[in-house]
Amino acid sequence: MEQFLEQIASGLANGAIYACVALALVMIYVSTDHLNFAQGEMAMFSTYISWQLMNWGLNFWVAFVLAVLVSFVLGVIIERAILRPLHNAPVLSVVVVFIGLLAICNSVAGAIWSYLIKEYPSPFPKSTFGFAGVIGPHQLGVVLVTLVVLALLFLFFRYTPLGLAMRAAAQNPQMARLVGVRVDWMLALGWGLAAAIGAVAGIMVAHIVYLDPNMMSGILLYAFAAALVGGIGNPGGAVVGGFIVGVLENMVAYVGNMIEKTTGVYIIGNGEKLTVALIIVIFVLTVKPAGLFGRVVVKRV
Amino acid sequence: MPAFPKKWLWVVLVVAFGWPLLAPVFPDLVSNYRLFLVSTMIIAAIAVLGLNLLTGFNGQISLGHGAFYAVGAYTAAILMDKLNVPYYATLPAAAVVCFVVGYLFGQPALKLEGHYLALATFALALAVPQILKYKWLEDLTGGVQGIVLMKPEVPFNLPLNEDQWLYYYCLVTMVVLFWAANNMLNSRSGRAMMAIRDHYMAADTMGINTARYKTVTFGISAAYTGIAGALSASAIAFVAPDSFNIFLSIKFLIGLVVGGVGSLVGSVVGGIFYVLVDNSAQAISTFIKNDLGLQFDLSAYTIFGLLLIILMYLMPQGIVGGVYLLFRRLRRS
Repeated sequence: MEQFLEQIASGLANGAIYACVALALVMIYVSTDHLNFAQGEMAMFSTYISWQLMNWGLNFWVAFVLAVLVSFVLGVIIERAILRPLHNAPVLSVVVVFIGLLAICNSVAGAIWSYLIKEYPSPFPKSTFGFAGVIGPHQLGVVLVTLVVLALLFLFFRYTPLGLAMRAAAQNPQMARLVGVRVDWMLALGWGLAAAIGAVAGIMVAHIVYLDPNMMSGILLYAFAAALVGGIGNPGGAVVGGFIVGVLENMVAYVGNMIEKTTGVYIIGNGEKLTVALIIVIFVLTVKPAGLFGRVVVKRV
Repeated sequence: MPAFPKKWLWVVLVVAFGWPLLAPVFPDLVSNYRLFLVSTMIIAAIAVLGLNLLTGFNGQISLGHGAFYAVGAYTAAILMDKLNVPYYATLPAAAVVCFVVGYLFGQPALKLEGHYLALATFALALAVPQILKYKWLEDLTGGVQGIVLMKPEVPFNLPLNEDQWLYYYCLVTMVVLFWAANNMLNSRSGRAMMAIRDHYMAADTMGINTARYKTVTFGISAAYTGIAGALSASAIAFVAPDSFNIFLSIKFLIGLVVGGVGSLVGSVVGGIFYVLVDNSAQAISTFIKNDLGLQFDLSAYTIFGLLLIILMYLMPQGIVGGVYLLFRRLRRS
């Protein structure tokens, strides 16, 4: 039983990370209809930046804030410089550019910081809580940080004029432009925010999966699965989807483990994580493309 | 884009077939290493052609063709390793297996378009190494260690060495496959494929069975890439799961984009290109380190990534299409 709870807890912690990355994906999707295949590698790059800052002697949280800010700026620059001209380009061009970004982020990170796997510190105290044993301090910290980020984002979009303008620009660009919202800049800001959220996710997960240039590929896939489960285009759905997918992932491994223990037949385990994500992605896309909370889009032809 | 002039095609073919025979005269020009390099280029060209059939001619985006390459390579490797099938018989087997796999993957792909298909195939590409390591398949696939194979032997006591024979083997396969692809594209079916790409709904209204064409094209495309995978298994004489990662699919994509989306000649150019860059990245990297004094390990993927982005702006039709347009503009002025 305790093991079961432990699995759920660690699923929730992973889910928090997936929720963050999924939210970043959704933010870009709602405003530009693009799926950002480079989101994971961008987050990885931000994590390396924070690692570098810590290596230069900065405190974890200072490095955290700086890395998130730098990622924000980088995100804005990428949108303005690379994606802006492709606004009405065919899908293939956009996908190709994202894959190009992915390759650049990955190889440049490898070139600067090498492909060796690095340890990444956890900022949370080692002390144990009342329900230690079920959930570790780092996992609890990850969930808390994620929830804080989500709450901040919610407040930003709900109660600030800038948030309102960004929502307007995403929902109806033409009308927003007519009432004086600078839609172009709102898109760039959206990209910056997405990069910043991704950076938070990367920095939080690096302690668990260790730091290396390929650390985010699995997480990105799960984040896509989470965004799809929640209904891509729905930020709240992405968060719920993240937690669902995180718990599901650990449950699959847990059940597989139980089956192997009781019957001795290996069916599924930790080695099939990405395959599970692949199945979720294809299943949701073909059976219920709108996800749990998404709107069904009716296209007029 | 115009068809490749027939006259030049014959010249290229004669050069391609005759070039290794110059070995006794110019031993430096025709080293075994070069022959092997050109063989890998040929294999790359076939793989890129497979992707091009699907993405360039049928308009279905795939970021996961590495998966079919892996299926082809493993089919060939398992057949040779477990059943002692001769290497030349693995090509049709790999083609059939990959056709079936591609056809089946094409079924759910029917419901997806644009970004979503890219996402589904992206997920496939990421999951491939794990699927290959699956415990139940371990007896067949050899797990993480992979399978070690033998290089193709020279038949009939021909006066060729291993690398020369491998070169001819790949070259003949490529010529046959390109000839078949060219015929298919110039037929009723090929025009239907392209009509679906250009305007799905109009094609549907004109009575083209779009669902069947799309799934069968997926199958054929997978079969082409699978044959390339099977060839590479015999050429490298080794398969291992981690060589079929997402970056393999990215290489096919760069081949597609550099050569030209929807161009047969472009597939060859693209295949040659990515193998060349892959091979010279090491040299460029040492140049940067030793001569420029920068501590920067340039990998081929930095070049690939930059090129992907730059080409999308400057030459969306790839190098072949871009050069052709440039040539035409120069001639007119």
